[in-house]
Amino acid sequence: MNPSASQNIRPETVAKVRTGIPGFDSISEGGLPRARATLIAGTAGSAKTVFAVHYLAAGITQADEPGVFVTFEDSVADVRKNMLGFGWDIARWEKEGKWAFVDAAPDAEGPIAIVGDYDLGGLLARIEHAVKKIGAKRVSLDSLNALFVQFKDHAMLRAELFRITSTLKRMGVTVVFTGERIDEYGDVTRHGIEEFVADNVVILRNSLEEERRRRTVEILKMRGTTHQRGEFPFTLSSREGIIVIPLSQIQLTQSSSTVRITSGVKELDRMCGGGFFRDSVILASGASGTGKTLLVTQFMSGGFKAKERSLLFAFEESKDQLFRNAAAWGMDFAGMEQKERLMVVNRYPHAMAMEDHLVEMQQIIDDFKPNRVAVDSLSALERVSSLRGFREFVISLTSTLKQKETAGLFTSTSPSLLGGTSVTEKHISTLTDSIILLRYVESFGTMRRALVVLKMRGSQHDDAIREYTIDGKGMHIGDRLSAITGVLSGHTTFEGE
Amino acid sequence: MDALHLTLYVAGDTPRSRQAMANLERICVEHFGGRAKCATVDVLLDPEVADTERILTTPTLIRESPTPRRRVTGDLSDAQRVLAALGFSPYPSPQNP
Repeated sequence: MNPSASQNIRPETVAKVRTGIPGFDSISEGGLPRARATLIAGTAGSAKTVFAVHYLAAGITQADEPGVFVTFEDSVADVRKNMLGFGWDIARWEKEGKWAFVDAAPDAEGPIAIVGDYDLGGLLARIEHAVKKIGAKRVSLDSLNALFVQFKDHAMLRAELFRITSTLKRMGVTVVFTGERIDEYGDVTRHGIEEFVADNVVILRNSLEEERRRRTVEILKMRGTTHQRGEFPFTLSSREGIIVIPLSQIQLTQSSSTVRITSGVKELDRMCGGGFFRDSVILASGASGTGKTLLVTQFMSGGFKAKERSLLFAFEESKDQLFRNAAAWGMDFAGMEQKERLMVVNRYPHAMAMEDHLVEMQQIIDDFKPNRVAVDSLSALERVSSLRGFREFVISLTSTLKQKETAGLFTSTSPSLLGGTSVTEKHISTLTDSIILLRYVESFGTMRRALVVLKMRGSQHDDAIREYTIDGKGMHIGDRLSAITGVLSGHTTFEGE
Repeated sequence: MDALHLTLYVAGDTPRSRQAMANLERICVEHFGGRAKCATVDVLLDPEVADTERILTTPTLIRESPTPRRRVTGDLSDAQRVLAALGFSPYPSPQNP
């Protein structure tokens, strides 16, 4: 028995099979019920086939469980070809006896004539044979709707599908089958398959939200066992297939490390009580030109000097520009990159959906194993996302960093030059451990800059609003702006006025 | 004309299988006068062949030759429709002059 099942205090009567689909076993609290049938329902283009294939592929690669794929719609050649894109070499698994197809796609010989009563005895015999031949533990049937289009006797089909799933369940096989839906929020499937055949129902959605596509997965029911409720975002990765982002499972722990790391600016370290915590996430917010990118550059450079690995996700400026800027402040990004202790990743915010950005960033973090990560800027990403998608993104990224005890510096651009808060900070300030505000201050005909550490979870910090200057060596933080009030609101007044 | 070769695929020894076999035999005798070569395959005993022939529904009757191949599924209870589906204009039979 699965040792993780023993963590439940209540005895679990329904054993589950870990699907191996990233994130899905978390929201299903252990996977799919063993020797049961699960319907994967979704509209056209909702990744049903990918799910059905991924379920078998993960069985082969992670659990050494052979699988049978019954295709009713796509040709066997198409399935082999299409799924290579996800890195699944089905043809090889077929040769190794780990994968078998049952080809039930519409016949090239044309529609079949029907004279009298019939059933799906031929199909059942072939599936049973394939399961026995390779010792399959998993079977995917994709998609049942093609059957309902081809054969008009729907009562017969329902009875036969029930017979097929019952037979497979008796053989100890865990079945996944797909069915098409018409609406994202209507009947579960077009032909009401679920009532007859499915013990469990999972819905895949691909809905438009604020003009953007958003993929989610929801477990609608799972007979006799518990699961997470609601919709969870997922993405299709060319490296891993389906990746579910199990938000509710993400625990946003506060920074627990007492180890401090340098921000790259000595005076700022002092203001924070000795540097940032090693596993903390810091939001730096300020108007355009206040020095957010400089702060990021110094954060990266400070990491290099401390023999750490630094990773920068840049969504606003090109690599050339970032390297030029760094050089102008006396920091050699090219040299750091050469020593493989700095990695700069440039992306266009609008090039991908938020979930795709997230998964790619998590993969890069996994590969590069940085000690510190900067995102410049979050606001650029927020502009291409829905509010919910953005919050989920920040929660997931923050959680990834914390799990890896990695420090994160996120920047956000406030829309007004003087005072005011950015939309970004309004929505995510509770998710970060520290907030640093960078502000312009108008003062007797000159524009000065001021900085304040607003919050420092788990530590004392300097609550002075301090002036800072920027020169060829970077940022210099000076004295408290004692004669000026209203810096944060942007309505400065001067004492003695 | 090539020899008429028909294969009937059934799933096990069920009333429906026996019905289809009986109906086919009658059609062969009455309409082809024994000139047709008829074979029966039980997919439960020979699933590999069912796989090669991509049999989904049973009973299924396939006209192997002459080509092009044609398929009919069901218990073959209506001889005239079976013949039409196999591509033969219905023969006048003694029962239906």
